[in-house]
Amino acid sequence: MQSQELNLQPEPGRKQASGTWWATLRLPLLALGGALALTTLVLLSSGVSPLQAYRILIFGAFSTPVRFSDMIMLAAPLLLCATGLTLTFSAGLYNLGVEGQLALGAVAAMLPLRLFPELPPALLWSLCFACAAAGGALWALLAAWLRLSAGVSEIFAGLGLNFLASGLALYLVLGPWRRSGSASMSGTELLPRELWLPTLGALRLAPLAPLLALLALALVWWAVRQTRWGLQLRAVGLNRVAADRLGVPAQRRIAEAMAGCGALAGMAGAIQVLGVFHQLIPNISSGVGLLGLLVALLVRADPRWVLPVAVVFASFTVGSVQLPLALGVDSSIAGVLQGALVLFALLARGLSRRVTG
Amino acid sequence: MEVAVHNLCKAFGAVRANDDLTLRFAAGQIHGVLGENGAGKSTLMKLIAGFLRPDGGSIRFDGREASLHGPGAALRAGVGMVHQDPLDLPAFTALENLLCAAPRGAIGSRAAGRQLLSELARRLGFTVEPDAPLASLTVGQRQQLEIIRLLACGARVLILDEPTTGITAAQTRALFAALRRLAAEGNTVLFVSHKLEEVAELCDTVCVLRAGRLVGEQLPMPVPQRRLLELMFGAAVAQPTAGGAGEVRITALRSEGGLPANAGEDGTPALPGLHGSPTTERIAGEAVWQLAGVSARAGSVALRDVSLSIAAGRIVGLAGLDGSGQPILLRLLTGRMRPETGHILVNGRALSGGGSRAYRAAGIEYLPADRLNEGMIGALSLTEHFALLQNAALVDQRAAERAARAAIADYAIKATPVTPIRALSGGNQQRALLALVPPDCRGIACEQPTRGLDVASAQAIWRRLLERRLAGCAIVFASADLDELIAYSDEVLVFFAGRVSAPLHRAELSVARLAELIGGVGFGGG
Repeated sequence: MQSQELNLQPEPGRKQASGTWWATLRLPLLALGGALALTTLVLLSSGVSPLQAYRILIFGAFSTPVRFSDMIMLAAPLLLCATGLTLTFSAGLYNLGVEGQLALGAVAAMLPLRLFPELPPALLWSLCFACAAAGGALWALLAAWLRLSAGVSEIFAGLGLNFLASGLALYLVLGPWRRSGSASMSGTELLPRELWLPTLGALRLAPLAPLLALLALALVWWAVRQTRWGLQLRAVGLNRVAADRLGVPAQRRIAEAMAGCGALAGMAGAIQVLGVFHQLIPNISSGVGLLGLLVALLVRADPRWVLPVAVVFASFTVGSVQLPLALGVDSSIAGVLQGALVLFALLARGLSRRVTG
Repeated sequence: MEVAVHNLCKAFGAVRANDDLTLRFAAGQIHGVLGENGAGKSTLMKLIAGFLRPDGGSIRFDGREASLHGPGAALRAGVGMVHQDPLDLPAFTALENLLCAAPRGAIGSRAAGRQLLSELARRLGFTVEPDAPLASLTVGQRQQLEIIRLLACGARVLILDEPTTGITAAQTRALFAALRRLAAEGNTVLFVSHKLEEVAELCDTVCVLRAGRLVGEQLPMPVPQRRLLELMFGAAVAQPTAGGAGEVRITALRSEGGLPANAGEDGTPALPGLHGSPTTERIAGEAVWQLAGVSARAGSVALRDVSLSIAAGRIVGLAGLDGSGQPILLRLLTGRMRPETGHILVNGRALSGGGSRAYRAAGIEYLPADRLNEGMIGALSLTEHFALLQNAALVDQRAAERAARAAIADYAIKATPVTPIRALSGGNQQRALLALVPPDCRGIACEQPTRGLDVASAQAIWRRLLERRLAGCAIVFASADLDELIAYSDEVLVFFAGRVSAPLHRAELSVARLAELIGGVGFGGG
């Protein structure tokens, strides 16, 4: 029995080359089974038929064109965040500041909209995305600077900066950028219709958003897997001291990974402003950054899996919106399923590491 | 307490670290366990001390089979292990370490703990201040505290893994006296070492492991060194010699085969890369490193006003006890630390303000002792390491793999181009580390280049380093092994409490002279 198990274990170095389908799929399947079991328990305890709930969770997002386009418009910023986090995870960084970087990107995207509203829309959008990327990158660089110069862990720096960023957004919404008349928590004034990202017909789907996200994913995939920069990034993530000895500019790579992630999260913020909410609201990220962290944790910074997992997570969230109406349970069950998936995936990985020694 | 193992097996992946071992360690004696690196000594000790769980076989204490869930269970059963690097809490004082590690109820109060600590220290002849913060103690003192702690927790079997590494001669004497005393009181001591002299001096029995198996049988001491070498390395290795310990080692080196041509044609115990070699003087060229009035400090050790020049093609050995300042010089030489005062020139260019990358760009390589944590990236393969060293923006996978294959062939590394570095043995890792040194390198600073390697691997490493030297590279290495220092150095600098001796040239080198200087004799007062 034991020797059989040993044979099934893929050798660390040859994981890509060989290895049976069972060896590669065992962990994901175990994690999926565990997560489903836990979620089923939760559903049963609240007196809901699990099968019906799963049907809605899994297929709900694909039931109507409206829901499908909602799913895409959630998946696009999610994909951008998870893609950015692939960079920081590769470099061994836990960029918990991704929420704040997204929020700051959204704030920065508002700047050209307020300053030059009369520019042609195409130019204005480009400016918005550029500003958003720069804002997110700067916010991330602040965390990187705290880490590199003052030795503050990027986890804590990021969390602190998240509060600052959401505070800033709230201040702008209630203060200088408030609606004419009365300040409202519901956000700034809606953008004029012609500045909304163009959509497919009457749907909310703005093709530019998923296009941008896919482009970013392809670029990051290529950079991490094919370029020496990406290899250096991984080397820094695995062992910074040794990477430094081998001539890798470790500090620079850390800063670049953070800035890259911040830029992508910032662009996700611009999508939230231009394509989803059409205004700046206090909770502009609506948790997309944190969901992106879950995606990145689940795929272990492997760019191949970012897209499918981001789409699945987005469809859970969108599908769950129908749960209260259809079955009378809260939509947060999607969060339970997503969180359980990540927890069980981490658990399965930890266990397999213990088995292999 | 008698410790016995029966048909003990432990495998890590495909490697059988302990393969059907049956041994008995009688109470009241000191038992030596010998073997080259990877022979399975540490695995056996960790199994007995509960750090690992066996795959098969049994462990018996006084005839009763023990099932150990962890080191705590082993200690409750009376078995304690002193690790090579003490496992303790440096932020606590000695007394606090003792208190927090003692089992519940064993020590009633702080005062009782203090008394127990002082009493055990006095009985064993150790000098441990109860209120000294652990971070201020030497490795030797921390080891003494660890022994006291284990005894206070009820250990009747003490396992010591390479205990004399990094401690002073006086501390070694104190340790041996204490171990003899403990054995005389009926305790069992298991002493793991690769130093034959120590085993000969201390132990009542000896057993030799090779490739996870017991070689021959457990022998009562004394056993001739030649016989022990035979057991450790195989019958072909040790040939009769007239000499003492040093020469036995030399014989072992010679007979591994494949030495450079200058190895003792005339029957004298010559060493590889010796100064009989006519090339030595010719290849000594212009200075690679020049230090002028350099001072630097790390922790409690400070180097003051060091001036020296190291020429291309020279090998400089750094001798001294742990914590005497050799690592500071190595870090200064490689830009890992900046001098507080003074200047460092590399190839005639001032680099004192530069970081490690500037030094690397100037052709200086650093080979750390901790190969896996500081030297290479364990999860990456040799191919990926060579890809890291490329210059283009895109990785040339084919070229990297070619370089890896060439390195594997040239350096006789037992690996494939895609094996992760951490899956290699220590000797192969060290060879990989050397293979990654670029060919145009000007100076190599190595920290303990052969630490933890068996004789054959150590010799292979030095063959490579000597090739680099012939190519005009200056080599600086720190070593704790006097034989190694004498065998390979053109000159030796001895460190004592942050002070550096004048360079000792090859002709003035002897074990006795080095030992004196390492102990501080000849450094003068102040």
